[in-house]
Amino acid sequence: MAGRPHGARSLYFPGGSRVLTILFDGIAYGMVLFVLACGLSITLGLMNFVNLAHGVFAMVGGYVTAILMNRLGVPFLATLPFAFLVPAALGLVMERTLYQRLYNRNHLDQVLFTIGLVFMAIAAVDYVMGSQPQLIQLPSWLRGRVDVFGVQVGLYRSFIIVVCGFLVVGLQFVLAKTRFGAQLRAAVDDARVARGLGINTSLVFAATFAAGSGLAGLGGALGAEILGLDPTFPLKFLIYFMIVVTVGGTSSLTGPFYASLLLGIADVAGKYYVPSLGAFVIYTVMIVVLVFRPQGLFVKAR
Amino acid sequence: MSRRNFLKAGAVALGLALTAGTALAQDAIKIGLILPMTGPFTSTGKQIAAAAQLYMAQKGTTIAGKKVELIIKDDTGVADVTRRIAQELIVNDKVTAIAGFGLTPLALATAPLATQSKTPMVVMAAATGIITERSPFIVRTSQVVPQIAGPFGEWVAKQGMKRVVTVVTDYGPGHDVEKWFSDVFKANGGQVENLRVPLANPDFSPFLQKVADSKPDALLVFVPSGVGSQFMKQFVERGLDKSGIKLIGTGDVTDDDILNTIGDVALGVVTAHHYSAAHDSPENKAFVEAFKKANNGLRPNFMAVGGYDGMHALYEGLKKTNGAGGEALVEAMKGLAWNSPRGPMSIDKDTRDIIQNVYIRRVEKVGGELYNVEFATIPNVKDPSKAK
Repeated sequence: MAGRPHGARSLYFPGGSRVLTILFDGIAYGMVLFVLACGLSITLGLMNFVNLAHGVFAMVGGYVTAILMNRLGVPFLATLPFAFLVPAALGLVMERTLYQRLYNRNHLDQVLFTIGLVFMAIAAVDYVMGSQPQLIQLPSWLRGRVDVFGVQVGLYRSFIIVVCGFLVVGLQFVLAKTRFGAQLRAAVDDARVARGLGINTSLVFAATFAAGSGLAGLGGALGAEILGLDPTFPLKFLIYFMIVVTVGGTSSLTGPFYASLLLGIADVAGKYYVPSLGAFVIYTVMIVVLVFRPQGLFVKAR
Repeated sequence: MSRRNFLKAGAVALGLALTAGTALAQDAIKIGLILPMTGPFTSTGKQIAAAAQLYMAQKGTTIAGKKVELIIKDDTGVADVTRRIAQELIVNDKVTAIAGFGLTPLALATAPLATQSKTPMVVMAAATGIITERSPFIVRTSQVVPQIAGPFGEWVAKQGMKRVVTVVTDYGPGHDVEKWFSDVFKANGGQVENLRVPLANPDFSPFLQKVADSKPDALLVFVPSGVGSQFMKQFVERGLDKSGIKLIGTGDVTDDDILNTIGDVALGVVTAHHYSAAHDSPENKAFVEAFKKANNGLRPNFMAVGGYDGMHALYEGLKKTNGAGGEALVEAMKGLAWNSPRGPMSIDKDTRDIIQNVYIRRVEKVGGELYNVEFATIPNVKDPSKAK
């Protein structure tokens, strides 16, 4: 319609700006999914532990940000380190006291234990904080959107893409290039031999678990604005975490990363182009991937 | 007195006391209030319970010489639990009436019990049209979805808007709002495009992008309470507020209970509803003030007023029947009319459903807080889905 600047189309590629906007939203959404789920792919893939309570740490991170901002008036950016540290510390304590005992148990025990934790966490948060959703007010420089070559780009979503991009590169670097990464991979491949070589495997596992929990917390804080935050968070997003990890495969971080992007884009595009089927697109993608590559998209068949 | 006689006397006295006790219990009028006090719908339960308690604190607890007793039970928002609790209240506690019912499925699950036991059932929250048709013992004091969405469709059309996109969550109440708004709006010459959002939907961006591309005059939204704030934030973040698309909806999305936490993104949203805490009347001013005082500054919302009026209907009915329940009480409540904090309202004597004004409101800042300020009234609306 004339006279409305909004939705102005690129001159060179009719409708192109719209495709790019969808793509952009999908990538931002996928990035949040990745930060939320990458911790799970570490515990599940590297440590072979089925931690359904992963979302609890994400929720804790989100609540840390919400409480700091709403009750103590801390600026949004300054809350993010705490959204990482508090769940990481919590993860460390839980790993030392509870999770550690279940490493050698079968998967059913792990599932039962962690799903129990989920329900306890939901009830506890509901009791302490109430069941209402927590809302945060972003700083003004992260609100709104700008026009980049005819494409409407949300500032907050750009911020998420940048932060998550750094995280991906950093994580991959730690795992592939550092001494700690090598120790972790060794401990996962064969814990006995690694111990024999003098690697303190239980320390490595504890640190990894804490880092994974912290990342989930950071994801929860970053995602609070887009995904919402209430006590049912761990259960509501469990299915998304699981899809990311299943589709991506669990042997590396790149798998879940590409899987998150694929799912984010598929979800957003599906809901845009076929809204009536929107809810099912993400599941269809998962089923198709698993039919052709049951071991995950980016894993070599064993 | 010998020891034996003493014991006998004691036993007789005890017996007397027990009989007196039961007699007293029979004289009490018990009202079972079944609400979601925990779980995702806690806000509904808390508001209604607080309003019902306020009503009793204001109007006293004696009707026709009998003591009125309120038994509040938590059903956590799960239909099986509501039904079980209702049965316990009817059979064990011998309540005169049951009330509450935070959600449609909870009311539907309990309706057959009300019919079988001839217990009056006052619905204070659930809003689907069919509820009152499921038992001749149901009286409603909340709202009916078509009652709000239908007249709103007509009003929006009269404002000269030609094209509206509706975005509703894909569940019962969402479908109701979509259907009633769209049908009436189309009948008044408007064009509607319907979009449905899955119930578990983390991100609204694709739907909002679709709306942005379609460039309607207005976007009607109906999503569960709480999610609404996320929706409004993304609406503003996407710049839709500046593109000339008006955000409209039923009052559920600008619920008084959460309006302030939604923040300034809600400013200017136009909604239709039956109650606003900012309703300008002496009855409402007194109600809001008393409610806040009794509840630590909590602002009453439309759930609270449903509970308050539900207690009023029961009290007035019981006064007419001298404390008797059953069919007599339902008959006594039919046709009641009074000035509620929401404005004038009555119980339809044919359908036992509520007749009330529907107000058009705009979110504005009043004294530093956000309120739904009413600026137009559609008087005495009956549920159009039951109009023959």
